[in-house]
Amino acid sequence: MQISVRVNGKQTSAEVEPRTLLVHFLREQLRLTGVHIGCDTSQCGACSVLLDGKLVKSCTILAVQADEREVLTIEGLAPREGLHPVQEAFQECHALQCGFCTPGMVMAAHALLSRRPNPSEPEIREALRGNRCRCTGYQNIVTAISAAAEKQSKREAQP
Amino acid sequence: MIPSRFAYHAPRTVEDAIALLQSHGDEAKLLAGGHSLLPLMKLRLARVAHLIDIGRIEGLASIRQSESSIHIGAMTTHSELAESELLAQRQPLLPRAAIQIGDVQVRNSGTLGGSLAHADPAADLVPVLLALEAELRICGPAGERSLAAGDFFTSMFTTALAPDEILLEVRVPLAPANSRCSYEKVPHRASHLAVVGVAVQIEFTADGRCDQARLALTGLAPVPYRALAAEASLRGKTLSGESIEAAAQQVTDGVEPLSDLYAPADYRLHLARVTTARALASLAPL
Ligand SMILES: Cc1cc2nc3c(=O)[nH]c(=O)nc-3n(C[C@H](O)[C@H](O)[C@H](O)COP(=O)(O)OP(=O)(O)OC[C@H]3O[C@@H](n4cnc5c(N)ncnc54)[C@H](O)[C@@H]3O)c2cc1C
Ligand code: FES
Ligand code: FES
Repeated sequence: MQISVRVNGKQTSAEVEPRTLLVHFLREQLRLTGVHIGCDTSQCGACSVLLDGKLVKSCTILAVQADEREVLTIEGLAPREGLHPVQEAFQECHALQCGFCTPGMVMAAHALLSRRPNPSEPEIREALRGNRCRCTGYQNIVTAISAAAEKQSKREAQP
Repeated sequence: MIPSRFAYHAPRTVEDAIALLQSHGDEAKLLAGGHSLLPLMKLRLARVAHLIDIGRIEGLASIRQSESSIHIGAMTTHSELAESELLAQRQPLLPRAAIQIGDVQVRNSGTLGGSLAHADPAADLVPVLLALEAELRICGPAGERSLAAGDFFTSMFTTALAPDEILLEVRVPLAPANSRCSYEKVPHRASHLAVVGVAVQIEFTADGRCDQARLALTGLAPVPYRALAAEASLRGKTLSGESIEAAAQQVTDGVEPLSDLYAPADYRLHLARVTTARALASLAPL
């Protein structure tokens, strides 16, 4: 089946089997391998992307469901040069170790901050409930998201 | 894990979706948010030859108020329920339960209709609809019919929907003026579904006594149920330690509890009583 999806700002048409999962379409057909597969059972959140601005697990959505819609993956988050503020904060706060969960964590953080620019710590932890990390113990991820919130509000305050 | 092959249909109207259900019989399944069905298809526990995606039918995802009730479209997501201003004001029990479902990603995909049609014995929205005596609007080849939530859930993972019917809308009454509500849940550590969940709405008299209590439980039995004995025990009483304890003891009356390695029957019964007591205590005037 022919689908047409706007991926990271670029209109993309492709032929997919109806049973193709969105995560496989992104990784294997579009080579967006920043979208990770951790569990493949909708538990870990490593495959999280934004679909029409909403955070979803791409291992539990069919590619055909994204037809005529818009997808943002970790590859499309950063500006052309440099890093997104959430990515910078993850680096500065040592919010990753093996890095496997990181793309999903960053997308979850970005989704949260787009809706709540200054979340409390419990709100951050709640927003990460669908994302598992087997390395960090979460504390530095939470710290990084608070730092990113601060960074973004400072940037927006500048003329 | 990839599902086995199927033909994908994306009808634009309810009539087309029903026609597809009719022509493909038990080879067909509706797809809403996919958060119960796709995991089953990936594990090949469900085999579907014709998948009918109702996500592109307009008008199935709205929340609106009429004179005495709120109408919620079947494709409304758990997030939309959780964030609805209208529900927060006029029927807060639904958002209070919806916000406790899974995680952000699950709530952004999963739908009210999907959760009801799937009829998981541990689903969070089912007891809410039972407690509120919701009406479900269903459409089939012969037209529309309405069914009380209490008649919809027939057994574990089974509802009164015919194979060629679609759940269109859920209607819940506005919360009575002098009422308070709560949804208390003990989530399963891994799945986040309810080991036990208690939905309660109490309408108080002017002098602070329970006029009408409504209590329903999920996670405990093969089908979530209304705890009528506990409801009756509260009538005319103020919420005190004593009346709460008496009601909590009665929520498990006549129940044959589910049992598994994670939560054996006696533990579930204990949790049901404790969780009920907590839910009721949270409604007691300060
Ligand atoms: C990781 C994870 C955690 C979860 N945690 C919770 C939780 O804490 N609490 C909870 O309650 N649930 C939980 N769920 C389940 C979630 O709420 C599902 O979204 C829901 O049970 C099914 O809704 P859906 O829209 O995804 O339906 P689908 O999976 O698309 O469909 C489910 C079934 O309903 C049928 N169907 C769908 N819509 C209709 C309709 N309008 N008319 C007739 N039939 C229809 C389908 O054919 C299918 O058989 C969880 C799921 C996951 C994956
Ligand atoms: S790979 Fe999708 S949730 Fe784990
Ligand atoms: S950094 Fe290794 S899983 Fe999170």
